[in-house]
Amino acid sequence: MIDEPQIARPGEKAQEDGSIRSEALQVRHARQQILKGITLAARRGEILSIIGPAGAGKTTFLRCLNRMLELDTAFEIAGDVLLDGRSIYARDVPVAEVRRRVGMVFSIPVPLPLTVYENLAFGPSLGGAKRNSWDEKIEAALRAAHLWDEVKDRLQEPARNLSGGQQQRLCLARALVLRPSVLLLDEPCSGLDPVSTARIEEALQQLKKDVTVILVTNNVKQAARASDRTAFFLFGELIEVDRTESLFTTPRDRRTADYISGRFG
Amino acid sequence: MRDGRVLSGSRQMNTQAVQRPWKKAALADRVASHVIRFCAFLAIVALILIFVFIGREALPLLTSQEVHKEADLARLLLPQPASSGGAAGFTWQPVSQTPKYSLLPLFVGTLKVTSIAVLIAIPLAVAAALYTSEFAPPLVREVLKPCIEILAGIPSVVIGFFCLMVVADWLQGVFGWTYRLNAVTAGVGLSLAVIPIVFTVAEDAFTSVPQAFREGSLAMGASAWQTASRVVVPAAVPGVLAACVLGFGRAIGETMIVLMASGNAAIISWLPSDSVRTFSATIAAELGEVVFGSAHYHVLFFLGAFLFVFTFVLNLMGRWWVVQLQKRLQGGS
Amino acid sequence: MRKGTGIGGMFMVSMMALACAVIVAMVAIIIGNILLHGAGGISWEFLSRAPEAGMTRGGIFPAIFGTAALVILMTIAVIPLGVATAVYMHEYAPKRSRMIGLVRLAIQNLAGVPAIVFGLFGYVFFTKFVGAAIDRGLYGGELVYGQPAIVWAALTMALLTLPTVVVATEEALRAIPQSYREVAYALGATRWQMIRRVVLPQATGGILTGGILAVSRGSGEVAPVMFTGAAYFLPELPRRLHDQFMELGYHVYVMTTQSIDVEATKPVLYSTVLVLLMLTFLLNFTAIMIRSRIRRRLRHDR
Repeated sequence: MIDEPQIARPGEKAQEDGSIRSEALQVRHARQQILKGITLAARRGEILSIIGPAGAGKTTFLRCLNRMLELDTAFEIAGDVLLDGRSIYARDVPVAEVRRRVGMVFSIPVPLPLTVYENLAFGPSLGGAKRNSWDEKIEAALRAAHLWDEVKDRLQEPARNLSGGQQQRLCLARALVLRPSVLLLDEPCSGLDPVSTARIEEALQQLKKDVTVILVTNNVKQAARASDRTAFFLFGELIEVDRTESLFTTPRDRRTADYISGRFG
Repeated sequence: MRDGRVLSGSRQMNTQAVQRPWKKAALADRVASHVIRFCAFLAIVALILIFVFIGREALPLLTSQEVHKEADLARLLLPQPASSGGAAGFTWQPVSQTPKYSLLPLFVGTLKVTSIAVLIAIPLAVAAALYTSEFAPPLVREVLKPCIEILAGIPSVVIGFFCLMVVADWLQGVFGWTYRLNAVTAGVGLSLAVIPIVFTVAEDAFTSVPQAFREGSLAMGASAWQTASRVVVPAAVPGVLAACVLGFGRAIGETMIVLMASGNAAIISWLPSDSVRTFSATIAAELGEVVFGSAHYHVLFFLGAFLFVFTFVLNLMGRWWVVQLQKRLQGGS
Repeated sequence: MRKGTGIGGMFMVSMMALACAVIVAMVAIIIGNILLHGAGGISWEFLSRAPEAGMTRGGIFPAIFGTAALVILMTIAVIPLGVATAVYMHEYAPKRSRMIGLVRLAIQNLAGVPAIVFGLFGYVFFTKFVGAAIDRGLYGGELVYGQPAIVWAALTMALLTLPTVVVATEEALRAIPQSYREVAYALGATRWQMIRRVVLPQATGGILTGGILAVSRGSGEVAPVMFTGAAYFLPELPRRLHDQFMELGYHVYVMTTQSIDVEATKPVLYSTVLVLLMLTFLLNFTAIMIRSRIRRRLRHDR
């Protein structure tokens, strides 16, 4: 029996559907317009994938959703992003809080130079929460990432010792320990073998009813099989977004059709 | 503090009760930010303070009437009549009935010693650097580089000791000079202190010449030596110049070796085998005896200020040349 | 690689090899000579007892103690300051700001200031300005801190070795992959938490290297402490911050140049020099070992 991760956040008001929405989001870098006004929403219960050629602005968009983009001060951001109806860019919102509510998995597995357990405990330890409460959350996260059985006896080993696929699932679990409302994945399977990729896609399928999942992928086929809604980005614009089957079978825009069929990319 | 320019959206988020540990983390972050910025700022402050405080003690030489009774810039630089009414001369004799503060003997001494040191050190170090970078089998590199590091780690007081105890006798045995402790003895010791920095900077310059340059030359049939002398060295010239300048700066500022091995005689003589006295050694030797606030005191600080500014400028030149080297090599390849 | 073709080329190459040999020989001669004449005098007694009979017998313990005390105080000052400066330059300052350039320029120029100028500065700033101010404020004008003292010597030395620590720390910070920092941020860390939990632990080796190199320099340089606190012969060990102290390097200098009977003090002198040399050598060696181990580990991880 696989445990379901419980996503319950203390003291929350209404509208906690974990929905995240960008409104006319624009990003400029060195006088070049990277994102030209994106309005896109994602909600719990369905996986939203974002496809598009390199340079389309997918990763840039993703990094706006958890305020990671502003770490490089050369970027200028305009527009807004609303989490559960509230702006994450408001002045009185602590950035760290946003990042805890909106988790991220990067394209290369980046285990911290610590043990498996310490990696997973890193997030909670930042808030100084009680140690006892970590263990349950860690186990739940590992189960949700389909990694528990493989590492439950290896928690004290250096995380470096795990295989590539295991490391990436570790990064997924690490993000889940904090019980985020939204999970962003930036080409998470790009270096992984098909088996590890399949594992991660399975894990995401089971997560989607409790966490809003947004998946950026360069692999059109992955988007087709693993997501419920798909958005197509091109040159910093959102060209179209639709239910995955519809987008792939009857795309409304010519450019979408061309990209999906491999005519460019 | 917010990174990046963010034009915030419409609605305000309710400031929900963020748990206390997270608030503590935010506070710690702010405190740390201020402390760290302050510490970094201190480095700049320190440099400014050195400039101000040494300048402050040197300034009376130029401005104070009191000090001018004994010494002023003219008396430091121009020939002064001897006390007994004899021929005009340049003498450094601050401790005497009529104190004399001519800088020329010190200048000549400094020049002699640093020239000897630099004449020995630069050819040796640059040749060794070029050899290590272009020709040396790995074994030589494994031996030479640690040697240079060891040499760099030997305290100058030890080098000075060695010169005084051993080198002086050897040189006197070979050349039969009158004075054991003279410009050559000190110069040899000083060169030991200069070699590491010249070697390091020059070797960095040579190794940063892109391999493509060498391959192009070798492909045209040039030998390794021709490649080195006609391609690598010219390309690395700014770096080698920087090495020389930085080495020279090191030589000028070095105190202990000269203090122990140069004989400390403030005379004007162009003979390398005569004892000398340098600016730095003068400060070190006389500051302990000087009366706080006296003219002698201010003259010594004037020397210190001169050393500071001179080495400062040399340093800037050296660094500028290193930057030029990088630009040149990156532009060309 | 083909050696120089032609007589000219081969001659030049062999001259260069000769230059290398000369340098190596010089180092070997110095160390050999000191080892030869000084090793005989080293004994536990030598290291643990005070000088006697006008420095012709006895030991150099007070000088060792003084050097150690100086260096410990210096380290307490220079490591936090140096690490903070490097952390500022690498983690805090906006990427292309002028502040980084200014701080780096200041550090590079501090590195080029002659040791005697530091001595002058220490004298006029620490003893005569800060020390005098402390005396006026806390001691009602009595001469306590306004004179050469181990604390002033330590602070002067800290300024001298600051660039060493900064450079070593910066090298360590640069070696840390940017992805580690991103992961920490993505999990909700503040910048200070990221530095404290991820960056600094990873940089510890480099910081240690810098600290050891700083200590090595601090124990060998004499000019900065000549007027800020070192003394030739003291009846007691330094116990308070405003005491003076004996120091190995200064001891060698004074004994060499001002000893009444050089022949008689020669053995003690050589042994003292050997102790100083071994100390700095050991410290440098340790620092280099740590650094090469770090670099080797980094190459494996990449």
